[in-house]
Amino acid sequence: MAENAAMTPEFLIKAAGLGAIRGERVLFSDLSLEVKAGEALVLRGANGAGKSTLLRMLGGLSRPDAGAVERPVRHHWIGHRNGLKPHETPRAHLSHWGRVWGSSADTKEIAGQMGIERPFDVAGRLLSAGQKRRTAIARLLLADRPLWLLDEPFSALDTQGKTLVTGLIDKHRASGGAVIAALHGEAPFEASGEVQL
Amino acid sequence: MIRAFANPHRFMALSRWLAPACLGVGALLMVWSVWQGLWVVPQDDYQGGDIMRAMFVHVPSAWLAMASYMGLAATSLIWFVWRHELADMAAKSIAPLGAAYTAMCLATGSIWGKPTWGTWWLWDDARMMSVLVMFFLFLGYMALRAAMETRQKAARAGAILAMVGAVNVPLIKFSVDIWSSIHQDASVLRLDGPAMPPVYLTPLLIGGLAHMIFFAGLTMMLMRAEVWGRRGDVLIARKLSGS
Amino acid sequence: MTAQSPLRAAFRQALGEAWAGGAGVLLPIGFFAGAAMLVPFTVGSESSQLSSIGTGILWVALALASLVSMERVFQADLEDGVLELWAQEETPLFLVAAAKIIAHWLVSGLPLVLLTPPIGIALQVDPGALVPAMLAYGLGGLAFFLWGGVAGALAASVARGGLLISLLALPLFVPTAIFGALATIEGPGGPSLLFLGATTLFALSIAPFAASAALRLAVD
Repeated sequence: MAENAAMTPEFLIKAAGLGAIRGERVLFSDLSLEVKAGEALVLRGANGAGKSTLLRMLGGLSRPDAGAVERPVRHHWIGHRNGLKPHETPRAHLSHWGRVWGSSADTKEIAGQMGIERPFDVAGRLLSAGQKRRTAIARLLLADRPLWLLDEPFSALDTQGKTLVTGLIDKHRASGGAVIAALHGEAPFEASGEVQL
Repeated sequence: MIRAFANPHRFMALSRWLAPACLGVGALLMVWSVWQGLWVVPQDDYQGGDIMRAMFVHVPSAWLAMASYMGLAATSLIWFVWRHELADMAAKSIAPLGAAYTAMCLATGSIWGKPTWGTWWLWDDARMMSVLVMFFLFLGYMALRAAMETRQKAARAGAILAMVGAVNVPLIKFSVDIWSSIHQDASVLRLDGPAMPPVYLTPLLIGGLAHMIFFAGLTMMLMRAEVWGRRGDVLIARKLSGS
Repeated sequence: MTAQSPLRAAFRQALGEAWAGGAGVLLPIGFFAGAAMLVPFTVGSESSQLSSIGTGILWVALALASLVSMERVFQADLEDGVLELWAQEETPLFLVAAAKIIAHWLVSGLPLVLLTPPIGIALQVDPGALVPAMLAYGLGGLAFFLWGGVAGALAASVARGGLLISLLALPLFVPTAIFGALATIEGPGGPSLLFLGATTLFALSIAPFAASAALRLAVD
C-alpha cells in the first residue's frame, strides 16, 4: 500500500467519450469525467437514465459502446446487489473476501465498526435488508483500495447507518481516497462534482 | 467483397437486386436438377433402384447443412472479433435456414432409408447421426438467442455458443464415425462405390450449386428483413424517448 | 499474497455453496437413482436384457443428473451479486469458473460415480466390470459438468433456464457418451478409455474459457 501511495497518479479514474446503447436506445453519449484523490463524484438521473450502467462501465463490468475508461488503481465495488449468499453469514462473507484480497484485517472489529456484531453468525437469508447492506459495505474496510464505486450505498440503511457510511466516505476521502456514487436522493456528504444523466 | 458486406448501406443497395436474382437463378437450377433426377436419369440398381432419385434433394441438403454450420461459425467469429453488425445479422439469418436444411436432409434420408433398410431410421448411419446432432446445435442456438434480453446480448451469447459448437463438431463427427464403425456402416448413399457416372453427377452438382445460390438469396432476404426490423426499432425508441 | 489464494477462496466458496444450496449431494443422487430405477419398469425386468443395457442406462442417468445441478451454479452467483465482484477481480475469470465447476462436480458429480456399482448390480451388470468402470464414469461425468457449465453460464441470465441448458449441452455430450459407453464395455485396457480421457481434457481446455466469456456477458 505504501508503494501505491508513492506512485499515485494524478487521477484515480478517467473516462473519455463514453457512450452506452441498450437495445436501440442511446442512454448517454460523449460523457467524460475524471476523479482525483479526495474527490467524491455523484451520479444522478431518473430511473433508467443509466446511472448503474455508467457505474458498471467505470468498474469494468460493461464494455463501453464508445469511448474508454482508464483506471490505474484498484477499486472496491458495492453494487445494487450485496454479494452475500443466502447461506453465508457476515463472518463467512468477510473472511471469504479477506482471503481473496489477502487481507489481514480483523473481521470481528470491522463488524463492530459496522454495527453487525449481533447478527455476525446469522445466515444471509435471515438478515434484514439493512443488515445485508451493512455487511456489503463492511467489505470496504477489508482492504485499502483508493477508489470506491458505490451504487445507491444508502439504500435500505437507517439513519444511524447512513451517518456511519457518510463517516466512512469522509474518512476515506481525507486519507487520499475517492468515491463515485450513484444516488437518487440528497447526498449526505459534500460532493465535489456531479454527473447528471 | 467482405468490405462491401460490412457496410449496411452498401449491403442494402447490393442485396436489393442480388437477393431476388439469387432466388430466381437458384430456383431455376433446382427445378432443372430435380427434373433431371426424376425423369431423365436412368434408375441405378447399385444405389437402390428408383429411390436413389431422392439423392438429388438429399445430398444437396446435406452439403448445405454442413456449409450452413460452417457459415454460422464463421460469421460468429467475425462478429466476435470485429463486431461487424452485418456478420451477426448473417449468423442470425443462417440459423433457421440451417435448421431447415438439416431437417430436410434427415427427412429425405429417412424416406430413402425406408425401402433400402426396411426402416425409417437406422441409428448406424454415421452421417445421418452427425446431421442429427447438428440439427440440435441449430435449435439450441436459436433458443438461446430468443431467450436473451437485448439483441446485443443475443449476438454475444449466440457467437460464444456457435464457436463452442464449431470446435466440437470435428470431435462429434470423429466419435460418431468410430461408434458406427463398430456397428456397421449402413449409409444410404455409397459414395465410396464405383465412380458416379456423369449422367448422375452433373445434375447432382448443379443441384448442389442451385441450393447454395438459393440459400444465399434466402440469407440475404432474412438479413434485409433484420435491417428493416432494426430501423423500425430505432424509430420506436426515438418516439419513446421523445426526441 | 500468492496468486493461488483468491482461487482457493473461490473453490472453498463454491464447495460451501454446492453443499448448502439446494441440497447439493442429495438432489442429484435422488435424480440419478430415480432415473435408473424407471428403466426396468419400461423395458422389462429380464436379467439378460437389463445386463446388456445396464452400463448404457447409467451413462444416460449420469448425463441427465449432471444437467440437473447446472442450472443454479452460475445463476445463483449472478442473482447474489457475487459474480460481479469476481468479474472485477484481477484473478482470471476462467480460473474462477473452472474452480466453481470442479467444486460442484466434487459435491454433486463424484457421489454419482460412487453410486454406479450398487445401481449397476441392481441392473444385473457384471459386478467385476463395475469397479474399473468407475474411472470412465468419473472422467465422463467431469466432461458433462464442464460442458454443462458452459451451457449454465450462457443461460445464467435466463429465468428457468433448465430446459435451455439441456438443449445447449446435450449435443456437446455426444463424444463423451460414445467413448464412455465403449470404455465401460471394453474395460480399462481398451483404447476408448484413452479417447474418453482425451475428450475430457479437450473439455477442460475449452470449457472454462467459454464459460468465462459467457459470464462476462451475464454480468454486463
